[in-house]
Amino acid sequence: MEERSHLLEHTIPQLLRWRVNETGDKVALREKDFGCWNSYTWNQYYDSVRKTGLGLKKIGFDKDDTIAIISDNIPETLYVAIGGQAVGGLSSAIYQTSLPEEIGDILNYLNVKIVFCNDQEQVDKVAEVREKIPQVEKVIYEDPRGMRSYQSDDWFMFIEDLYTLGEQLHRQNPEMFESLVNEGKPDDVCHFCLTSGTTGLPKGAMLTHRNYINMGLQLTAVDPLEETDEYVSFLPFAWIGEQMNSFGVAMATGIAVNFPESVETSMEDLKEIGPHFMFGAPRIYETIRSQIWLKIDESYLLNRFIYNYFMKIGEEAAGYRMSGKSMPVKLRFLAWLGKQMIFRPLVNQIGFLRLRRAYTGGAALGPELFTFYQAIGVNLKQIYGQTEIVGIAYMHRDGDVRPDTVGKPLPGTECRISEEGEILSRSASVTPGYYNLPEKTEELLQGGWLHSGDAGYIDEDGHLVVIDRISDVMHTKAGDMFSPMFLENRLKFSPYIKEAVIFGNQREYVAALINVDPIVVGKWAEDRGLSFSSFMDLSGLPEVAELIQDGVAEINNNAEKEHFRIRRFVLLYKLLDMDDGELTKTGKIRRKFVREKYGDIYEALYNTEITEKTVEAFYQYQDGQTTTVETTIHFYTMGY
Amino acid sequence: MTQLIVSDVTLAFGGLNALANVDITIEPGIITSIIGPNGAGKTSVLNCISGFYHPNQGTIHYGKRNLTHASPHQVSNIGIARAFQNLELFSGLSVLDNLLLARHQNLKYSIFHALIYVGKASRMEAENRSYVEKVIDFMELEPYRKSMVGNLSYGVQKRVEVARALTLDPQLLLLDEPMAGMNIEEKEDIVRFILDLKKEWGVTIVLVEHDLGVVMDISDEIYVLDFGVLIGSGKPEDVAADPKVIEAYIGEE
Repeated sequence: MEERSHLLEHTIPQLLRWRVNETGDKVALREKDFGCWNSYTWNQYYDSVRKTGLGLKKIGFDKDDTIAIISDNIPETLYVAIGGQAVGGLSSAIYQTSLPEEIGDILNYLNVKIVFCNDQEQVDKVAEVREKIPQVEKVIYEDPRGMRSYQSDDWFMFIEDLYTLGEQLHRQNPEMFESLVNEGKPDDVCHFCLTSGTTGLPKGAMLTHRNYINMGLQLTAVDPLEETDEYVSFLPFAWIGEQMNSFGVAMATGIAVNFPESVETSMEDLKEIGPHFMFGAPRIYETIRSQIWLKIDESYLLNRFIYNYFMKIGEEAAGYRMSGKSMPVKLRFLAWLGKQMIFRPLVNQIGFLRLRRAYTGGAALGPELFTFYQAIGVNLKQIYGQTEIVGIAYMHRDGDVRPDTVGKPLPGTECRISEEGEILSRSASVTPGYYNLPEKTEELLQGGWLHSGDAGYIDEDGHLVVIDRISDVMHTKAGDMFSPMFLENRLKFSPYIKEAVIFGNQREYVAALINVDPIVVGKWAEDRGLSFSSFMDLSGLPEVAELIQDGVAEINNNAEKEHFRIRRFVLLYKLLDMDDGELTKTGKIRRKFVREKYGDIYEALYNTEITEKTVEAFYQYQDGQTTTVETTIHFYTMGY
Repeated sequence: MTQLIVSDVTLAFGGLNALANVDITIEPGIITSIIGPNGAGKTSVLNCISGFYHPNQGTIHYGKRNLTHASPHQVSNIGIARAFQNLELFSGLSVLDNLLLARHQNLKYSIFHALIYVGKASRMEAENRSYVEKVIDFMELEPYRKSMVGNLSYGVQKRVEVARALTLDPQLLLLDEPMAGMNIEEKEDIVRFILDLKKEWGVTIVLVEHDLGVVMDISDEIYVLDFGVLIGSGKPEDVAADPKVIEAYIGEE
């Protein structure tokens, strides 16, 4: 591969100019508007960035000022962001779904001077909190529709007017823009990326030009891209996952970025473009798979038959492909046949035909999804990283895709596991810190390593395995670390288990409180002629206990570590419920509450002599009446 | 900008007077609503204007033109378009085809041009498409461009119906219950479209609608019909206070 490390000596605007000199007439951006794809070359891209940048300069946007973007993905988001950076300022992006109050708080925190919105919806939100944000001098909008009531107010400005100012300034002083671009240094902070804080205000990670460009170079050193490749920009620009590609990868490789017509049409527009690589949160891949299932289900019998037959072949072939082993000749032939007969046309239908690699990140993706996509011929891989390291530091390599890991570090990224089991990383893409939060920065970058806050370990093949957020992990009495959520998810993978709560913090072993699935297990029991009248009865059946015991034994057999094994479990007589405060509104377990509420059971789980216990179950009916029932619950010890 | 004057119109079906001596003046550039209980004759007024019915008595003038006996295609050619209460769309065609088809009267090339499809024919088709795209953008129908109309939800079909009327580039738009059967959110969307049409496209709007909340909010002028007779007219607040209107809606004590 050509030597590209010199690109690291550029800022993003400088690199844009470099691209203009190299391949000025090649398409850099494409936007669907009024039903047509309009292309813009690198030359036009640079011209637009210049007139935006100089226009901003003209209205008082200077070095170290900040512009915030609240917009759907359109070329103007990049013009505004890079234009602002070119004149020495910083860009930042806020989610389009943010509420007015939230927007106001962020604008104040980042001390934003100018806001860019794409349409009336966003402008309205900023206008709503106008009193709170005195430092905001102008709100620039792209779509004039519905702005009539704002026209008389010069706090608002149409982007075309900004362009006019920029062009005027350029005519007066043709050297100005170039010299402003030259002033930039690769280590200058160019963008504040907000990290999605679950509590309180998000933190603004400061990212430099070098952070982004290095990320683009590192990623494409592993998975090379051609200049002629296409990318569809449909992720929210405020998310690092989008900036990674439209700042980092696009600048480092010169690929074309395509903007969909609207958020609702992005999947349709993706089909028309047929990108060569894509990146998405797990939900996108789950949605696409469900759509495929649905359509196959509605298809003709012959289609269904072919699909089902070749799906099995494909899954088998995927096993070989993911592990990089070579396939037996017969399987290779059948997999080829399946590809020609069904998977190529199918993948074409979803716009993935030209896709060389698809990446998933942001959250865990079920292992069966990897197999599914690999089976139909989509090279789906996991990536892992934080906003603070420009989104990616670890990635699966082609032919080495393992659903339970997040792959190996990118070249130039060092990885270490701290003594507490935390994943630490170091590379040229690590942020210099959070904006105006020295204490948080100190915590984040202790000892020069980026602290991810995630617990994990490196396995024997050098793959990184992410366990859980470190604040959620538990330790056994012997000090061995485990993630309750990780084990609970394993249990819940069984169709017979509806809900599971794992205990074991500072105890001798891991134990589980399990809810059987009333529907699946109910049917299972009926099929076997077992009688029961309520969930309590069902949970108390010894046959059901045996069924669950078999499931737990299998999980124990597959446990990576000795202390991950579940020693004892109990089947609870009632379903954990939101209304009883046992689950949160989003369906997560309130672990501490459950442990306290079922304190007797919890203690009995750690007394191996107890095999059964009589408890008083307390019921509240919907009309408010209560009743108490006496029931016996059994404790099961796993033999291993 | 042209004024539409309906003067002294009577429309009778046998012995039944659907409209009796109705006088309505539609001022250009504003939203005029026609309200009234079921069977009051609201749709009949629209039918008379758009040339589906011809009044037995009285005249309809649009500027200097006399529309009293004009046929529907003549009316639509002079810039009066109508969105129907019951959807008049081709449910087996895509949204795009429905909208393109609505503009067929603007296509003035011969069968010869159509066969060779260079020059005039292809240029006109391109212009046509670009106008239709403008309407699609305005009505936010991008996600449904290629969907079959019959497969869309009722609310979206209603939007397509309004879009179909808009493809005629009307100066005067007749909307017959555009919000019937919609949920709140869909209604809000349509209201926004109507207001934008008035303010940004400068279209004169005649609205027949049952949702009085919406009518009172967005109308500049209201006419109230009851059993074919005009019982009141004026600004929304005047109409709302008119005892005759209240009686027609709520009944006598």
